[in-house]
Amino acid sequence: MVAVDVKDIVTAFGSHVVHDGVSFQINQGEIFGILGGSGSGKTVLMREMLMLNTPKEGQIHVLDYPVHKLDDKSKQDLRMCWGVLFQFGALFSSLNVLENVMLPLLEYTNLPKPFIADIARMKLRMVGLEESVVFKAPSELSGGMKKRVGLARALALDPKILFLDEPTSGLDPASSRAFDSLIVSLRDLLGITVVMVTHDKDTIANVLDRFVIIGNKRVKACGDYATLMQEEPDLMQKFMES
Amino acid sequence: MVSLFILEPTPDALHVKCHGKWEHDTVSSTLNHNFKTPLKNIVFDLTSIDTIDTAGAMALLHVKNLLESQGKVFEFQGASKSTQGLLDLCIEHSSTHSKPHKEPKRFSDGLVNIGKMVEEYWLTFMAFISFVGGAVSALGRSAVNPKSIRFRATLYHMEHNGMYALPIIGITTLLVGVVIAYQGAVQLEKFGANIFIVEMVGIAATRELAPLIVAIVIAGRSASAFTAQIGVMKITEEVDAMRTMGFGSWEFLVLPRMLALIVSMPLLVLFGDGVAVLGGMIVAQAELGVSMSEFLARFQETVALKHTLIGLIKAPFFGAIIALIGCYRGFQINSSTESVGHYTTISVVNAIFWVIAFNALFSVLLTELGW
Repeated sequence: MVAVDVKDIVTAFGSHVVHDGVSFQINQGEIFGILGGSGSGKTVLMREMLMLNTPKEGQIHVLDYPVHKLDDKSKQDLRMCWGVLFQFGALFSSLNVLENVMLPLLEYTNLPKPFIADIARMKLRMVGLEESVVFKAPSELSGGMKKRVGLARALALDPKILFLDEPTSGLDPASSRAFDSLIVSLRDLLGITVVMVTHDKDTIANVLDRFVIIGNKRVKACGDYATLMQEEPDLMQKFMES
Repeated sequence: MVSLFILEPTPDALHVKCHGKWEHDTVSSTLNHNFKTPLKNIVFDLTSIDTIDTAGAMALLHVKNLLESQGKVFEFQGASKSTQGLLDLCIEHSSTHSKPHKEPKRFSDGLVNIGKMVEEYWLTFMAFISFVGGAVSALGRSAVNPKSIRFRATLYHMEHNGMYALPIIGITTLLVGVVIAYQGAVQLEKFGANIFIVEMVGIAATRELAPLIVAIVIAGRSASAFTAQIGVMKITEEVDAMRTMGFGSWEFLVLPRMLALIVSMPLLVLFGDGVAVLGGMIVAQAELGVSMSEFLARFQETVALKHTLIGLIKAPFFGAIIALIGCYRGFQINSSTESVGHYTTISVVNAIFWVIAFNALFSVLLTELGW
């Protein structure tokens, strides 16, 4: 089953062309990576899946929703199916940690508030945060903690698909590995499809089921680590070194 | 000027014995030195150099290139391993680039720049009109579906932009009331027309001055605040996060601010009216001997309600303008810190200008209509 289908995407900002015919598919339940050198347009690609940017040409289907031609109601329906973790957490600065995680539940469900608080606390514990951070303001958190709160918030509505933008960037090696295992266990437990933009060599080698390498405005390679190491050793060597 | 070398001309070559510290804080004297010599061969002896950094190495290479271009034969001698390594590094990464050909400046360049500026202003203006359209359409949707209005956010902004502005509004309108009354008093006294101070202050303050001053103060306060708030939210990707969670920017960011100002401005203007007239009353008593009760009695008789009403009608429009400009400029902010300062400033300047422009428009319009 295909979770995300990217077809013939052309992206341009004015005369600057970022993608010129990018196509790949993401299967349900896999942890998929979008890789590429700096400036290759990986984040832009993910933003196009999230309807934050519009490609010039091409189609993207997320969970069978044709992202390029949805009406407002369908857009909202789709947004309820995913969770997004931005690179620096993007927590709402006017709310504390617990309120940040509770917000999607408060807005979109009729559950009673104390129950929602329980769910939020549970998600925060799930991502490895302790009770002591629960009432802190986002400005009082370290980078790693912000990312974890962001992840808890992304998981608030039990999404079918999780989008992560450079989840381990800025984290020390131990925290990065801990974050990786958290993602894997979430996928194993909840069957979420995970799409991440990442540079992290350990993540690429150990966590991703498959990935796509974007370069020169196109897809340079797509597949799993073992196969690509065999079939495209030059590209992989160049890429993993860089 | 520290001398870093000793010149020793020998029959076959000019030996330049380099010594001391060849680093960025000492090497400028070398660059300025003119190595003129009739000899064809030049040898730079580097054995006595104590320390050398990139600037020193580049200085050596600079001199080398300069002398070789004059047809001399150049040689380095006695470079230590680390010095040679540094020289090699600089050679490896040096680039020969030609000086960019500078176009002579022409008169038409100035005209081209003016043209580009005008075009940019026009495009920004059109984008703003589009933004206003979006806001009005969002307002319409909210009117049809009142549940979608973010009530708490709107109240929050009313508190911060309305209530917390009362002190500054009070002070500024008081002072403005005092000043116009004072200047008016001086002139009226000449004609013994003291009592007309009431009409002067009453009409000027309630119809024109209080609304304008309140709008300008709120423009300075709230336009910049809105721009900065929304701009920083854009930079930290909070706006994107909200969009991916289905929290539309119109309903969650723009409308609460716009509604907050539309509701608060008339209240602030009413307050400003009162304080400005109070300022006028104080001056009238102190300078013209018009007592407060005399003032108020005449005020009731001569200052028609329509003036106050006109001031109050202008207020929500000012509020909408300030909020829309503040929010629009906020969304224009991109990820550089410079753009935050830039757009916050522009936002206030725009807001003040358009408030004054609309005030002039209202003035002319309403007076022509006979109100």
